[in-house]
Amino acid sequence: MANFQAGTWLFRTFSTVASQPLRVCVVGSGPAGFYTAEKMLKAHQEAEVDIIDRLPTPFGLVRSGVAPDHPETKIVVNQFMRVAQHERCSFFGNVTLGSSVTLLELRELYDVVVLAYGAESDRVLGIPGEDLSGVYAAREFVWWYNGHPNCRYLNPDLKSSDTAIILGQGNVALDAARILLRPTTELATTDIASHALAALEDSSIRKVYLVGRRGPVQAACTAKELREILGIKDLHVHIKETDLLTTPADEEEMKNNRIRKRVYELLSKAAMTRPSHPSSDARELHFVFFRKPNKFLESDERSGHVSGVRLEKTKLIGIRPGERTAAGTGQFEELGCGIVLKSIGYKSVPVDGLPFDHRKGVVPNVRGCVLSDTSGDPTLLEKGLYVCGWLKRGPTGIIATNLYCAEETVASISEDIKLGRLTSSSNSGREGLLQLLDNRNVRVIPFRDWEKIDSEERRLGNLRNKPREKLATLEELQKVATD
Amino acid sequence: MLVSRLSAVRTQMIKHLVKAPLTSAPKTGNFSGHYGYIFHNPKHQTYSSTTAHEEGDKKVEEISVTFVDKDEMEKHIKIPVGMSILEAAHENDIELEGACEGSCACSTCHVIVRDMEYYNKLEDPTDEENDMLDLAFGLTETSRLGCQMVAKPELDGICLELPSATRNFAVDRYAKAT
Repeated sequence: MANFQAGTWLFRTFSTVASQPLRVCVVGSGPAGFYTAEKMLKAHQEAEVDIIDRLPTPFGLVRSGVAPDHPETKIVVNQFMRVAQHERCSFFGNVTLGSSVTLLELRELYDVVVLAYGAESDRVLGIPGEDLSGVYAAREFVWWYNGHPNCRYLNPDLKSSDTAIILGQGNVALDAARILLRPTTELATTDIASHALAALEDSSIRKVYLVGRRGPVQAACTAKELREILGIKDLHVHIKETDLLTTPADEEEMKNNRIRKRVYELLSKAAMTRPSHPSSDARELHFVFFRKPNKFLESDERSGHVSGVRLEKTKLIGIRPGERTAAGTGQFEELGCGIVLKSIGYKSVPVDGLPFDHRKGVVPNVRGCVLSDTSGDPTLLEKGLYVCGWLKRGPTGIIATNLYCAEETVASISEDIKLGRLTSSSNSGREGLLQLLDNRNVRVIPFRDWEKIDSEERRLGNLRNKPREKLATLEELQKVATD
Repeated sequence: MLVSRLSAVRTQMIKHLVKAPLTSAPKTGNFSGHYGYIFHNPKHQTYSSTTAHEEGDKKVEEISVTFVDKDEMEKHIKIPVGMSILEAAHENDIELEGACEGSCACSTCHVIVRDMEYYNKLEDPTDEENDMLDLAFGLTETSRLGCQMVAKPELDGICLELPSATRNFAVDRYAKAT
């Protein structure tokens, strides 16, 4: 009780004595960053929140991850825009942590730094042939069709073959498969990048294989995305009936997991449905279960280019109660293709001066408070440094997950304020940051300049009956922002 | 697909309107997929009390709903029949998130019906709502999405709990880690 009172007293002291604001910098403007900003502004009337992003455009994966044919998922941007327009909030685009400003500098400038810059790299399989041309990370493909400037010139080869193999069966894999298979007339009215639409209109891909190490009960996708791809017009879905046989362990898994059960039921239903009338230009989607990639095969005709994947059959073995893994059986088969998308998970990238757990691919933290090392000792805290989103918990979950994730991180910050662990010093915050960036000739893009980009993109989209035509190079984005 | 779901909601609304006829048009704007509409215009013209009085049945005009927030604080509000729980929550400053603004594309307006008896009075969730409920934090047997629940006379007196996000987040993470 005494402690609690002392805490309350300190908190009051901080908020009243602190005539200067609590200066907060959030790095990354995706859902984790914006939810953190929103909750900080709400919880702390004295907080001034600056959100920085390396791109000129805000909203992270809502812009460059969410599929173009999921406009309803992007509505959350309205909420984020209201946050950005809040009088105590600023957005500064085109500011890269690590090169425009270092982490050390940010921590000196701000009382609180929250890292929410996500996961911009990919897990690797570590098997032969992984760097053949035609093998892409699904992230790159997603960035490409969503007009992310870093993948504007990916130019995936959709012409040399009629088959694509996607490794992985999560929602990213399903998104990629859907974009490859969906009639382009349906994509044409979305905010898909125009370079991607043109390439897809010209694509030869007719068959997509979705390869998973485990079975239909363990498929990592959710029901919504599965239902959607199974509903594509004139699509022949192939699922081996023998793959649908379940074991008692599978039944147990479904009993304990509603998503797994519903996904399995959708797959079973799809397997039973036979196409009524075969059409000449039919597209095929093949679910390949119990297979893991062993090697990427190189084309004989086109040196350096992928021509297929060697897959090893797997079976599930229990490693501990309730947990099973896919083990190779030593039986192999080959599957030909002209393009492979690896959809096996994203990976976060550390910056200088940031503790990082390379094994888990996250920043070591306790409820969002950054720990000094990976020893797990919860007392070794990095003062004033926090983490949220994929960088905190790994690259899983949906947009809403970040709502709870941000709530937890902000609760940790509030706790630190209450306990007097944060001191509002003479940090110069926003003015200091802008001065520093100006000295380095960094052309900062504030929110009002993003609004210029936004309205230009909408104008261009309007001309083509699209909600938006994304500007997909940094040059175009900066030009519109500066004009 | 969105359209078919929306028309399902509309059909559902029309059913209720038959029970409680109103002369003014239903708030189709809410269901037309017009982004940003719901929360920016808190006062609509429809369902004016005058209209309801003219119909002469005050009981079906509004129902009482209790929200229980994360700190177990109760808030009692009146909701006009035909209005979604999400919209009603926002008009009454109840902290219910609505990331997709009522288009059944997220799970942030998740509410828990406290009483099974009331839960059973609701129409069964559609596949699309179930798809979103799959992803809701702290899902219970009586969980629903606020955007898909439309006030109707039988629901008078219903009590809705807002899931305690932080607690559930920790529990969910623990469950996934083990």
